[in-house]
Amino acid sequence: MTLSKRIIPCLDVKEGRVVKGEHFVNLKDAGDPVELGSKYRDDGADELVFLDITASPEKRKTVSEMVCNVASKLDIPFTVGGGISSIEDARNILCSGADKVGINTMAIEKPELITEISERFGRQCCVVAIDAKRNEDNMFEVFSYGARKSTGIDAIQWSQEVEKLGAGEILLTSIDRDGTEDGFDVELTKEIVDKVNIPVIASGGCGSMEHFVDVFNKTNVDAALAASVFHYNQFNVTALKGFLKENEVLVRT
Amino acid sequence: MIKIAILDYGVGNLFSIQTALKKLGVTTIVTSELDTNLEYDGIILPGVGGWKHAVKRIQVNQRILNDYYENNKPILGVCLGMQLFFEKSAEGPGDGLGFFEGEIMLFSNDVKVPHIGWNTLKQNNKDRILDGVEDQSWAYFVHSLYPKPVDSKIISTTTDYGIEFTSMVNKNNIFGTQFHPEKSGKAGARILENFVSVCGKL
Repeated sequence: MTLSKRIIPCLDVKEGRVVKGEHFVNLKDAGDPVELGSKYRDDGADELVFLDITASPEKRKTVSEMVCNVASKLDIPFTVGGGISSIEDARNILCSGADKVGINTMAIEKPELITEISERFGRQCCVVAIDAKRNEDNMFEVFSYGARKSTGIDAIQWSQEVEKLGAGEILLTSIDRDGTEDGFDVELTKEIVDKVNIPVIASGGCGSMEHFVDVFNKTNVDAALAASVFHYNQFNVTALKGFLKENEVLVRT
Repeated sequence: MIKIAILDYGVGNLFSIQTALKKLGVTTIVTSELDTNLEYDGIILPGVGGWKHAVKRIQVNQRILNDYYENNKPILGVCLGMQLFFEKSAEGPGDGLGFFEGEIMLFSNDVKVPHIGWNTLKQNNKDRILDGVEDQSWAYFVHSLYPKPVDSKIISTTTDYGIEFTSMVNKNNIFGTQFHPEKSGKAGARILENFVSVCGKL
C-alpha cells in the first residue's frame, strides 16, 4: 500500500480573515487565507481545512468569496466547515471551489443532510466532524455546538451511523485533548478507526512531532489535523514530514 | 488561443479544473451540451458526480464525443470522466462511451473506501502527457471505483491500493486519469500542461 498519511493544517476564519486565539476567545487577526494557505501548501501540507466561525448570518457570504479566492490559488484539496446547515449551503461552498464540506452539529440534528450531500455531490465531498469527550460512564460521548452541548450519543455508534448515511470521511476531535498539547487521543482514535471503513482524520491535542508519530503508529488513522503548532510555528509541515519519514511513516515529500 | 470545452454534468466543483486551465492561458467553455458548430481544440470530462447521472449527460453528447474519438481529437477524462470512457460500471446502470473495453469496479472491503489521499503513479508506458513527470510521482485520489481495462496496452500508470489498479489510460489522443491533476500539485499541473500542448498541436 502506497497511500500516504496526510498532514492537514486547520485555519479558523472569521469574516474572510484568518484568526488565532485560545478556544475562540481573544481572537487576533492572523492574515489572509490565501496567503497562509499557500504557505502551508509550499511547506508540503497535503490538504487544508478552513473552519468558518463567522457568527453573523449577514456576513456569511464572505465565506464563498474566500473559498473562491483560495480555490483560484491553491492546487491541493481543501475542506470548508462551519455553519453549513442545508444542501444549498453545501452547494454554495462546493460550487465556489471547495473540494469537501464539513458538517458537525447539523449532521446530528438533521442526519439526512449527510445523505443528501453525498447523493448529490458524491460521498467524498461529505466530511462529518465528530467532537467526542469521555463521560463519567467511561463512554465517548458526542458533543454539538462547538463542544458545548452534550448529546448523549455514543461516538462509536455515531461514527458507524454516519458511514451508513453516506459520510466519505470522519474528522474526529477529542474534546478532552483539544488545546492541551498532550498528544492525540490514541484510544478514542483507535476505537473509531477500527469500527468504520471510511478514512478518519485525528484532531485535538497535538503539541509535538512525536505526537504525530504516535497516532500514526498506534492506530490505522489516515490523517492528522493540527492548528496551533503550525500557526505559532512550533514546527512547520516540512520539518514534521522529515521527522515522520525518519520514523517510517509514509508521507508525501 | 486554445479553446477547451469542459462538460458539465450539473453537479459539483468545476471551478478548480477551470482555474487550472485558465492559468495555462486556455479559453474554457463550460457546457452541458457540446456545440457541433464550435471547434474545440479539446474536451475535458471532469471528475464530479455519480455514474448514473453523468451517463445521461453523456448520451446527449455521445455523437460529438464519438466524432472526436474517431477523428483522433484530444479528450481528457478525469476520475469519473475517465471511467465514462469504458463500457459499464459497478456504480450504477447505463452505458459508458465504450471507447475502451472494460468495466469500472468497486474496491473490496479489505481497504477503506473511498480511497482518499496522495498515492504514487507507477509509469508503465511513457504516455505523452507524462512528459517531465517523474516515475512514482504523487497524485491526489478521491474515488471508490477504478477501471479494469481489457487491453493492457492502454494502461499508462498503475497505483497500489491493496491491489495494483489502473490510474491512467491513454490511446491515441484520448487520455484519462483516475486521480485529480488539478489537485495534484506540480505533477498534476505538468500533466494538464502536457494535455493542453497536445490540444495546441492539432
